[in-house]
Amino acid sequence: MSLEEHKRGRPFAKFASQAFALLCAGATWLCVSILILLLWNIVSFGLDSLSWDYINRFPSRFAEKAGIKSALVGSIYLIGLTALFAVPVGIGAAIYLEEYSPKNRWQTIVQINIANLAGVPSIVYGILGLGLFVRAMQLNRSLVAGALTLTLVVLPIVILAAQESLRAVPSTIRQASYALGATRWQTVWHQLLPAALPGIMTGVILALSRALGEAAPLVAIGAATYVPFLPEDVFKDEFTALPLQIFNWTGLPQKGFHEVAAAGIIILLIVLVCMNALAVALRYRFSRNKRW
Amino acid sequence: MSLATSTREQLTGESANLDLRKILEHAIHGILLSCAAISIVTTVGIVVVLLLESLQFFREVSLWEFLTGTRWSPLLKPQHFGILPLFCGTLLVAGGSALLAIPLGLATAIYLSEYASPLVREVVKPMLEVLAGIPSVVYGYLAVVFVSPLIRDTIPSADLFNAANACVVVGIMILPMVVSLSEDVLQSVPRSLREGAYALGATKLDVTIGVVLPAAMSGIMASCLLAIARAVGETMAVTLAAGATPNLTLNPFEGIQTMTAYIVQVSLGDTPAGTLEYRTIFAVGLALFVSTLVLNVFARWILLRVEEKYE
Repeated sequence: MSLEEHKRGRPFAKFASQAFALLCAGATWLCVSILILLLWNIVSFGLDSLSWDYINRFPSRFAEKAGIKSALVGSIYLIGLTALFAVPVGIGAAIYLEEYSPKNRWQTIVQINIANLAGVPSIVYGILGLGLFVRAMQLNRSLVAGALTLTLVVLPIVILAAQESLRAVPSTIRQASYALGATRWQTVWHQLLPAALPGIMTGVILALSRALGEAAPLVAIGAATYVPFLPEDVFKDEFTALPLQIFNWTGLPQKGFHEVAAAGIIILLIVLVCMNALAVALRYRFSRNKRW
Repeated sequence: MSLATSTREQLTGESANLDLRKILEHAIHGILLSCAAISIVTTVGIVVVLLLESLQFFREVSLWEFLTGTRWSPLLKPQHFGILPLFCGTLLVAGGSALLAIPLGLATAIYLSEYASPLVREVVKPMLEVLAGIPSVVYGYLAVVFVSPLIRDTIPSADLFNAANACVVVGIMILPMVVSLSEDVLQSVPRSLREGAYALGATKLDVTIGVVLPAAMSGIMASCLLAIARAVGETMAVTLAAGATPNLTLNPFEGIQTMTAYIVQVSLGDTPAGTLEYRTIFAVGLALFVSTLVLNVFARWILLRVEEKYE
């Protein structure tokens, strides 16, 4: 650099830097406004159809008479059963991988495998559910078949979240417990699980909210889209679920059904927001009540 | 004496207790092991189910025809089983949505990581989490009700359902993923690198573009690949947005069909199990599984190398 150039310096450097900052800030506000615009559109479109009647009616061929009762009940059953299957298995697997498994090549393979399973598209799990639960195990298109399929979808999420919270418990707690003569399981049950529980619960809630929104695996196992009754036998009866019903209504050409679908989305989003708020509250409590 | 007996009794009782506890410990160990084994069983299950039915399919349709054929119409006569149109549709949607999400997402990540005040971060990050938690079918609804009319107003020659429609909603869908993964990577760049550059008189722009981005580049690439893998596997939104016409085209304003949307189409129809038409979904599922797996494994491999670099 010549002295002349050096003296001139970089007159636009500051300006360019500020312009870039402005550009990035603009991108961020664009993201946020997209979110607000989307939610606003849905709410303004669906609010008229939303009523107590709507929640209490079965689907219909006429948009004005269509309701969401069977889908809502189906989703509640589905999430309950999925939690029943996925929570114990997921936490069990996480405990094994963190506390029991020898740190060898097998553990690495299982760990990589779980990370990859988390990236498998949910419709592929649907095809697995179709081959395994619906046909090989003869569960047909029942709630149990649907819940088992969704369990496979969310299991990696539960395992990874539970592992992370177990790992966050300081090893001094384990060592103190062993020093007092506790067995491995006593250490896990009385020390590690209570300490890691809030973190695990947060992961479980996020996993279940994912399961609540999944429609693709249910479509693949052949779940019905038009169900004008409530399921009674979880092993036999056909069912539908909120995202499936919304998909069905959105696919219809009449505008009336689009409004009904928007109302369904509002209900789905309200439930999801409540679940997320619960997860955030748990995380907050956890960070405040930390004993170490 | 009585004291000695009672102690002995206590001791034998305790050893019986110990035996029981040992058995219990072993049982629990076994149960936990089987829980962990389920993840392996799932992978094996996916591969076995997909391969078994696909092999039956490839007995009737040659692998060469499947991979190189340019027409896909298994449900109509005359039947054609070339997956290229579906593959091209998937590529178009994944590419288009990445083109939209990556620049916007990266700029947002840079803002949040390098510029934003803690308060802005605290507000924006949860909002992006909300965006990430919105189910795919909701994006499908938005594509049909809002984005599609918008595109048709701007470009009247566009098909009612088209690839651009899907690109827009899938782009919005993978945006939070690009932001949060990239932001993590940017945050993991050591402070000392930034401070070194500032000490040499660099502006914030110089530091961000010249130091932080290059240091984080491989991690950002990995996060983009993960987001693209997500777009490839995206199902409900694409099914609703992009139409159902397998179409070997790169024009985003034509109707197309992706691999995932085809699986949905057959699942919703009444194709009888065990027929050749029905087995197509397993062959397409296998192609989908392999493509997402390759993207995911590649991305994780890059991330692993990044972790090693800064340890």
